[in-house]
Amino acid sequence: MKDAKVIQLEEVAIRFSGDSGDGMQLTGTLFSDATAFLGNDISTFPDYPSEIRAPQGTVGGVSGFQVQFGEKRISTPGDYAHVLIAMNPAAIKANAKFMKPGGTIIYDSDAFTEKNLKKANFTTDEPFLECDLQDYNKIAVPISSLTREGLKDFGLDNKSILRSKNMFALGLVCWMFNRPLDYIEEFLQSKFAKKPVVVESNIKVLHDGYNYGLNMQHMTPSYIVHPANIENGTYRNINGNQATAWGLLAAAEKAGVELFLGSYPITPATEILIALSERKDLGVKTYQAEDEIAGITSAIGAAFAGDLAVTTTSGPGLALKSEAIGLAVMAELPLVIVNVQRGGPSTGLPTKTEQSDLMQALYGRNGESPVVILAATTPSDCFFYAFKAAKIALERMVPVILLTDGFLGNGSEPWKVPKVAELPSITPRIAKDASTFKAYKRDEKILARDWAFPGMKDFEHLIGGLEKNVSGSVSHDPENHQCNTDIREEKVQQVVDLVPDLETCGDEDGDVLVVGWGGTYGHLISTVRELREEGKNVSLAHFNYIKPLPANTRDVFSKFKKIIVCELNMGQFASYLRDKVPGFNYHQFNKVKGLPFTVFELKQGINKLLEE
Amino acid sequence: MTEQKYTIKDFKSENEVRWCPGCGDYAIMNAVQRTMADMGIPKEKFAVISGIGCSSRFPYYMNTFGFHTIHGRAAAVASGVKMANPDLSVWVVTGDGDAMAIGGNHFIHTIRRNMDLNIVLFNNRIYGLTKGQYSPTSDRGFRSKTSPFGTIEDPFVPGQLVVGAKGTFFARTIDGNLKVSQSVFQQAAAHKGASVVEVLQNCVIYNNGVHKAITDPEHRADRQLILEQGKPMLFGAENEKGLIMENGRLKVVKIGKNGITENDILVHDATDSDPSVHLSLISMGLPDFPAAFGVIRNVDSPAYDTEMENQIKQVQQKRKITCVDDLLVSGNTWEVTGNGNGNGKTEECPDKKLK
Repeated sequence: MKDAKVIQLEEVAIRFSGDSGDGMQLTGTLFSDATAFLGNDISTFPDYPSEIRAPQGTVGGVSGFQVQFGEKRISTPGDYAHVLIAMNPAAIKANAKFMKPGGTIIYDSDAFTEKNLKKANFTTDEPFLECDLQDYNKIAVPISSLTREGLKDFGLDNKSILRSKNMFALGLVCWMFNRPLDYIEEFLQSKFAKKPVVVESNIKVLHDGYNYGLNMQHMTPSYIVHPANIENGTYRNINGNQATAWGLLAAAEKAGVELFLGSYPITPATEILIALSERKDLGVKTYQAEDEIAGITSAIGAAFAGDLAVTTTSGPGLALKSEAIGLAVMAELPLVIVNVQRGGPSTGLPTKTEQSDLMQALYGRNGESPVVILAATTPSDCFFYAFKAAKIALERMVPVILLTDGFLGNGSEPWKVPKVAELPSITPRIAKDASTFKAYKRDEKILARDWAFPGMKDFEHLIGGLEKNVSGSVSHDPENHQCNTDIREEKVQQVVDLVPDLETCGDEDGDVLVVGWGGTYGHLISTVRELREEGKNVSLAHFNYIKPLPANTRDVFSKFKKIIVCELNMGQFASYLRDKVPGFNYHQFNKVKGLPFTVFELKQGINKLLEE
Repeated sequence: MTEQKYTIKDFKSENEVRWCPGCGDYAIMNAVQRTMADMGIPKEKFAVISGIGCSSRFPYYMNTFGFHTIHGRAAAVASGVKMANPDLSVWVVTGDGDAMAIGGNHFIHTIRRNMDLNIVLFNNRIYGLTKGQYSPTSDRGFRSKTSPFGTIEDPFVPGQLVVGAKGTFFARTIDGNLKVSQSVFQQAAAHKGASVVEVLQNCVIYNNGVHKAITDPEHRADRQLILEQGKPMLFGAENEKGLIMENGRLKVVKIGKNGITENDILVHDATDSDPSVHLSLISMGLPDFPAAFGVIRNVDSPAYDTEMENQIKQVQQKRKITCVDDLLVSGNTWEVTGNGNGNGKTEECPDKKLK
């Protein structure tokens, strides 16, 4: 390595990109895991098409995976990629706009045929010129033919051989960034344990890619990114959907109740159903229902019968569940509803991220129908907020909507795993005294009723969707309806004592307060960090608790000259704040493109406000 | 389990029953309550789940755990109750609008899965609670407020849907026939799996006499075939008529005519896994045939809730992960040792100190 040119970097973003059948998600995930294993902090962002197999070679079928890693704390997958791995011309076309000026493009030159250029809608045979990428460092590597050559003695058919070409690209990138291959080798060995020829061929190609890099180092520099300085402990990579599933498991264990999930597959939330279906060992009951409505109503039945009941979905599914959420509000049952938001309306952009379901979560039901609303902010803290959602539901007998999004659900980061003993306690409100029990008798302060379920002797009672009196019988009395309506709202507001105060990241006062909620945290904190490094007087207040809002929200806001609410919708949280925390001039920064914010555009927006 | 002694009174709630005077629902509730009292299981183990409609007021009048849910969803809610606690006796009370129209999807899938529920389907062929609109079981040409010129659609036959959805238990009864009702409810409760009991129920206000052609005492004996397991399919005032199978179709015959003896008559076997005769019995009706009552189909098949419990038990027998702490450190993890400065990701605002 002595004569190799080695560049040291603080952080690097790499984008793996190819046809949706090229295995780019696996390649990106393996590189990310190997990188995290080395001690770098990482943040990942899979960006894939909604068609499982869009026509091969077309821009619509391009699947991408971006990972940023560094020696400091990494909060986003990076606005732009330093290095792009492109397996075909369509990948160039789809990703040109995500490249950092002067970045490096490694591409499979074998795939740049006239036919493929045409499929990607290039009109000339100069794709880089067409995409305005002339000034980039381009490295042509005949990946397909080198893979074929490397595997010629394995007796594999052409299709199987070409399936391994992603390993060549991975080996090459590992060399570029000084990643050892052992982690990836171990993965291949265990994943394909029953198919030794697959293990051997993939490892061979992986090494061929690595060695190819070693041999061509006169052409390209190798990069070193030192490990990040992070807290001691046991770490793992986790994505938001898995973290959500595991947070629910932890809550059930902590509360001493069984976990029931009623759900219907929907992108990008399905992975939570998958992750919990795998956990029969922990006694989870997962029920793939016939539709979204049966997903939530089965969960409501399970809640009635004493389980920690959960339903998981994405925007269109939440719409289908709205009547049933109203039933859970009326019946006052503990229920967790997870909405992994995606681009809307209607089917919208199933695989893309957005924050446009906030109003639906708050108000998308008939009648006065208040629920508690939480939002997770990073892939790993989905664990904590899923746990917290369950805690609130069980302790306050109220439905809780947890909002995550496609960016959090699919994105991953290293996570220092907690111990269950360190998590807050959960005490479900299980009824104890049958002689005084009434279905809707409540705690005077927190207004929660007690939970008694079938099988508990002498606690027989009735609940339902009709307005009722304290014993659960139907009541159409006008005063009673007003009183119960007030109680249902006040019960949600009382949850504020489980909501920590809003903290500002930066200073407690200043020129501009950036306000965000949910999955934009990584981009907002990076933006504020960079602006502060430039000497700007900017701080961040990021919300995990939407309803009820933290008690000190007004105090925090009042200490700043300007407030700008940044969200991936047309201003839903800003409208909510205008309603619930009036008296401030809320500026807005909005984006609805199915993509996360970029730090670059956020800085532009905030700088403009600073200058005004 | 110790045998509990209950009477019908133990299952009646204090709430005033508010069905219309003369409504068939009273008799059905009576039969259900008697059945429950005789089942010998603790009262707290009953859960009665209903949807929306006149019949769905049922849980209010029961002194058991009850849940009056939303329109069409009772079967789905009840499935959740049963999965959460398979030890319960879970009853679904629903109607022809609730189960056949808005809840059709849950109805067929609950049956397909063979969830161990007792589904009581009140079929009055009308929307009563919304004051008289035709339902999915109303006959073609039926005139109602929303079909003033007659409907232009064919009705569902509930039993056909049950068989089509791979149902394991289907019975039919009439609101006024306490004996048959109680008998089929008992068998439905004993059946492990989804039991559907269709009750022909009279809506005294909006569809009075809808089943009169069948129930009229004058013709009852000729128009009702009460099926009993292992017994020949005989009917008529003197049991002088019966069913035979001819060219793959049912046919009504008279004993003693054309040399027919009782030995020629079909013997009812509800436990036959082949549903073809059951389907014929379900489908037959006036004027050429009597309507079939009693338990028409009753076959064994694994119940979903039991299978779910068993699968969990099986996986747990050889599990490596026994608690969430095990899970959190399973698979690929790594240790960070070295001098860290803390990334504090579990804090609520990790980057507060951003000076």
